[in-house]
Amino acid sequence: MKISRRTLVQGAAASVFAPALVRSAAAADPIIIASMYDLSGGLEAAGKPMYDVLSFAVEEMNAAGGLLGRPVKVVSFDTQTNMQLYAQYAQEAALKHKVAVVHGGITSASREVIRPVLDKYRTLYFYDMPYEGGVCDRNIFIDGVTPAHDTEVLVKHAMKNWGKTVYTLAADYNYGQITSDWVKKFVQDGGGQVLGTEFFPLDATNFGSTISKIQAAKPDFILTILVGGGPISFYRQFAAAGLAGKIPIASTTFAGSNEQLVLTAEESNGILLCKNYLEAIDTPVNKDFLKRFRARYGADYQPISDLTMASYQGMLLWAAGVKKAGTLDRMKVIEALESGITLDLPSGAMTIDPTTHHCILDVHLAVMKDKNLVPIETFAQRKPLDTAAVCDLNKSPNDTKQYIIKVK
Amino acid sequence: MEYAIVVGVEFVYAIATLALISLGLAIVFGMMRIINLAHGEFMVMGSYAATVAVHHGVNVWISILIVPPIVVGLIGMVVERLLVRHLYGRMVETMLATWGLSLFVVGLLTTVFGDTTEGVPTPLRGIAVGAYQVSGYSLFVIGLTVVTMLGMYALLRSTRFGLLARGTMQNADMAAALGTDTSKVYAVTFTLGAALAGFAGGVLAPVSGVFPSIGGSYIGRAFITVIGGGAAPLFGTASASTLFGIINQIATFASNPVYGEVALLLAAIVLIRAMPQGITGRFFRGRL
Amino acid sequence: MNLGLACIGVIGVALLVALPATLDLYELLQITLYAILGILALSLAFIWGYGGILCFGHSAFFGLGAYAYAVAVINLGESTLPLLIAIALPAALAAGLGYFMFYARISDVYVGVITLTVALILYNCINSTAGPEYHIGEALLGGFNGIPNIPSLNIPFRPDAQLEPEAMFVLSMGLLLLTYFGLTALLATRFGRVLVAIRENEQRVEFLGYDARLHKLVAFAIGGGLAGLAGCLFAAWGNYVSPTAFSVVQSAQIIIWLMVGGAGTLIGPVIGCFAISWLTLKIGTQQFVNANVVLGAILLVFVLLVPKGIVPLLSERLGSWLLSHRRLTQLPRNAATQESKA
Repeated sequence: MKISRRTLVQGAAASVFAPALVRSAAAADPIIIASMYDLSGGLEAAGKPMYDVLSFAVEEMNAAGGLLGRPVKVVSFDTQTNMQLYAQYAQEAALKHKVAVVHGGITSASREVIRPVLDKYRTLYFYDMPYEGGVCDRNIFIDGVTPAHDTEVLVKHAMKNWGKTVYTLAADYNYGQITSDWVKKFVQDGGGQVLGTEFFPLDATNFGSTISKIQAAKPDFILTILVGGGPISFYRQFAAAGLAGKIPIASTTFAGSNEQLVLTAEESNGILLCKNYLEAIDTPVNKDFLKRFRARYGADYQPISDLTMASYQGMLLWAAGVKKAGTLDRMKVIEALESGITLDLPSGAMTIDPTTHHCILDVHLAVMKDKNLVPIETFAQRKPLDTAAVCDLNKSPNDTKQYIIKVK
Repeated sequence: MEYAIVVGVEFVYAIATLALISLGLAIVFGMMRIINLAHGEFMVMGSYAATVAVHHGVNVWISILIVPPIVVGLIGMVVERLLVRHLYGRMVETMLATWGLSLFVVGLLTTVFGDTTEGVPTPLRGIAVGAYQVSGYSLFVIGLTVVTMLGMYALLRSTRFGLLARGTMQNADMAAALGTDTSKVYAVTFTLGAALAGFAGGVLAPVSGVFPSIGGSYIGRAFITVIGGGAAPLFGTASASTLFGIINQIATFASNPVYGEVALLLAAIVLIRAMPQGITGRFFRGRL
Repeated sequence: MNLGLACIGVIGVALLVALPATLDLYELLQITLYAILGILALSLAFIWGYGGILCFGHSAFFGLGAYAYAVAVINLGESTLPLLIAIALPAALAAGLGYFMFYARISDVYVGVITLTVALILYNCINSTAGPEYHIGEALLGGFNGIPNIPSLNIPFRPDAQLEPEAMFVLSMGLLLLTYFGLTALLATRFGRVLVAIRENEQRVEFLGYDARLHKLVAFAIGGGLAGLAGCLFAAWGNYVSPTAFSVVQSAQIIIWLMVGGAGTLIGPVIGCFAISWLTLKIGTQQFVNANVVLGAILLVFVLLVPKGIVPLLSERLGSWLLSHRRLTQLPRNAATQESKA
C-alpha cells in the first residue's frame, strides 16, 4: 500500500521530533478519516448526532496537538439512506481519499455493503452501532452492543418484575429477527413463554391490528425491537388506545434515536431499557464529557443516545490504537488494538476483545420517566459471548464472514 | 363478542382513513382530470402545521382541525397558479411535475424541520369495551370522515360553486360558453383538494409519526384508491376505500400489515384490469 | 448511416479503449456504474419514448434482474447461466404483465398505475423476507438487508476467473454501446416503425392491419429484459442487492433521467442518467443543500420549461443554427428559381 510507507516514515519522524511538531501540528500533513452516516433520508435522526460527536472528538484531538503530531481531517459522506451511495462512497473513501479509517454505517444492511469493499481495498473499518452480532472480520472493530450484552439483562429484569409471558414486536430485518430469537431463548430459559412475534418494516405506521391482537393475547409485558421513523406510531397508537401503563413495555432500541422527544411523557413512561450509555451515568468522565460537549454544541443539544456515544467511543478507541502503534499502517494499528486496549470512557470502562474484535463493556438498566432515562442498575464488563461462540480471530485470522448465530 | 367490536372498529377505521386521505386527490382528479402526486406531501405539511401550532400553544383541536386546511389550502393556491395552471389537461406532465414538487417539498421539510419533531399528543382517551380498549380517537376519525364526505356532497350539490364545478366537470367548454370562469373554478377546486389533504394530515398527525418522508406511504394508497374509484369523486372514493379497506384488513388480521398492503395492491390491479374506468365508470354512473 | 450515430459510435469506442488506461480505479468503478445505469435508462427510453408505454414502476424489472442474478449465482457458483436468467425472468414478467394490460386495452395513466403497483408489491414482499426461512436454495433473501457478498461475473465457464474492475468496465460499456446501436437498429426495422406509429395513433395502426397489442407486448418484454440485464450487472458491480432496487425512488430516478435527457431520443436518457447520477454523488459529499430539493427542482424545471429534454433542445438549436447557415449559402440559387418561375 503506497501510503503506508510514507506515513510510516512520517510517523517515525513525528515520534522523534514530537515536541517540535506538536507546536506546528496545523502545518503538518493531515490524517484523513471518513465518516459515513445518513445525514438525510429516513435515518438522519441517528446519523446526524453520530457525525456531530465524531467531529467533536476530532476537534478535541486536534486541539490537543493532533494524532501522531498531525491534525485529523474528517471527510464526511451523506449516504442519504441509500445503499448504492454507501457502496460508491466506500469506494471513494478507500481509493480516492485513501483514508486511514472509516467510521460509518448505521443499519446492518449498510455495514454489509461497506465491509467487503473496505476489505478488498484494505481500509480499516469501525462500525460504531449496536447490532445483532456475528461479524467475524479482522478488518473491522465494533464497539456497539450485541444481544449477549444487553438483551439477557433486559429480559431477566422484565420477567422478574412483570411476569412470564411476552409479546414481541420486531423490525423486519436480520437485527430484529436474530434479537427476537435471543428474546425467545432468554424467556424460555426463565420458564416463560412468547405469546406472539410480529415483524414490521422500517416505515410501518399502521399498528391498529397489532394492538388488537395484543389485547386478545393478554401478555404480561411487550418487548419491542423496533427501528426506524415509522414505529414511533406504535407507542402513540398504543397510548391512544388507552393501554399505556396497562401493559408494560421493554425495549432494546427505544431512545436510540431520541424517540422520547417526539412522544409525550405519558406515551413513554415506564418503558424499560438496557443501554451501554446513559446521560445520567454518574462518573467524573461522563460529567466532564457532557460539560465539554454542551459547551461546544449548546446546552439545548438533544440528549446523547447510546448510538451517538458509540460513535465517540469508537473514535477514541481507534485513536488509542494509532497512538499505541505509532503509525497509521493498517496491520500495525490492528495489532495494537488487539493487544489489549482499555479506555475509561463516558459509558464506563471499555476493552477491545482481540478474539472477536468486539468490546467488553458496561450496560445500564434504565426506565423512562418524564422523557428522561433514569438508571436503575449497572451490569459491569459484559462480554460479547454471542459473537465469541462463532468467531475466533486468533485461530482463523482470515475470516471475513458474518455468521448468523443460531440461537438454541 | 367484545373482541369482535374491537376488530370491527379497526375495519371501519381502516376504511375511514383510506377515504380521508384519498378525498382531496379524488376531487382534483374528478374535477380536473389531473393527478397531484404531491398529495402525500400536502398531507405531511398539514401534519407539520398542526405540530407547529400545538407547539406555539394553540388549542389542540384548532391545531388539528382548522390550522392545517388553511395553511395547506394557501400553499395549494400558490402551487396551482405557478405550476398546475400551465399544464391543464396534460395528465402525464402534471404527474411528473407534481412528482418533482413532492421531492422538492420533502427536501425542504427535511432542511427546515430536520430529523425528529415533537408530535401531537392524542387528545382523546381510550374507551373500554368490556375487557378491551378501543382508541377514542379512532372513533373520532371515523365520525369526522363521514361528516367530511357529507359536507363535500352538500357543497357540490347545494351551493352555487358546487353547481359551477359540476358543470365544468361535465363539460368545460359548454360551461365556459355559458359564462363560467373555468380557470377560476379549477383554481378553487385545486385549493379545495389541497385543503382536504392538509385536513387529513392534521387529523392523522396524532396517530402517525410526523417526519418528512411519511408522505410516500400515503400517496401510494390514495393514488390507487382514486384510480380504482373512478371519475366520481365522492361515490368513487367511498366505494373504492370500502372495498380496498376490507380486503386490506382481512389480510392484515390473517397475517400481518405488510401482506395486508400487498393484498390491497393486488386487489387494485385486478380491479383496474376488470374496470379500467374505475368503479364509478361502471356503477354509480353520473353520480357525484 | 447518419452523422450523429457515427459520432456516438466513435466516441463510445474511444472511451471504451482509453478510459481503463487513463482513469484511476475509483473513477473507473464509478463510470462502470454509470454505464450500467445507462443500460437501464435505455430500456425505459425504448418503452416510454418510442413505445408510448408509461411505465411508472420500471424498477421492478431492474430489481428482479438483480435478485435473480444474486440467487442464481450463489446457488450455481458460476455466472453465465445466472446472467441469462437475469435477463429472461424480468422479460417474462414484462411479457406477462403486458399481456395482462395491453390485451385489455389498458393505456396511458392506467398502465402507469398498474406498473407502479407491481413495483410496490415486489418491494413490500421482498422487504419482508428477513427471516431465515426465506431462502431460494442457498441464497437467503435477507429482507430489508438484501443479499450481500454476491460473487462478481466471471469469464464464462471459468468460475475462478472473476472479472477485474477494468474488465467489468469494458463489459458494461460494451454492452451499453451494443444496447444503444441494437435499439437504434431495431427502431429502423418495420417492427420499430410500427411501434412508433402506435405511439402516435394506435387506432390508425390497427386499421392498417397491425396488431398493436402484440407490438407493445414485445417492446415491453424487450425493455424488461434490458432492465434485468442492468440489474444483473449492478448486482455484480456492487456485490450486493437490496430491496431499494425495487423502490418508487428508483423508478422516479429513471424517469427523471428520461425527462432531463429527452424522452423521445435514445442518447438523451443516457446523458441524463450520467448527469443526474454524478450530481447525486456530489450532493452527498456536502452538507449545504438537501439532495431531494435539488432533484425535485430539476424535475420541476424540466417538465415546465424544457419538456422535451436537453438533447432534443440542443439538437433543435443546433439544427436551426445549421439551417440558417445553409439558407444563406443557398439563397441565390433559390432566388434564381423563383425568378424563373415568376
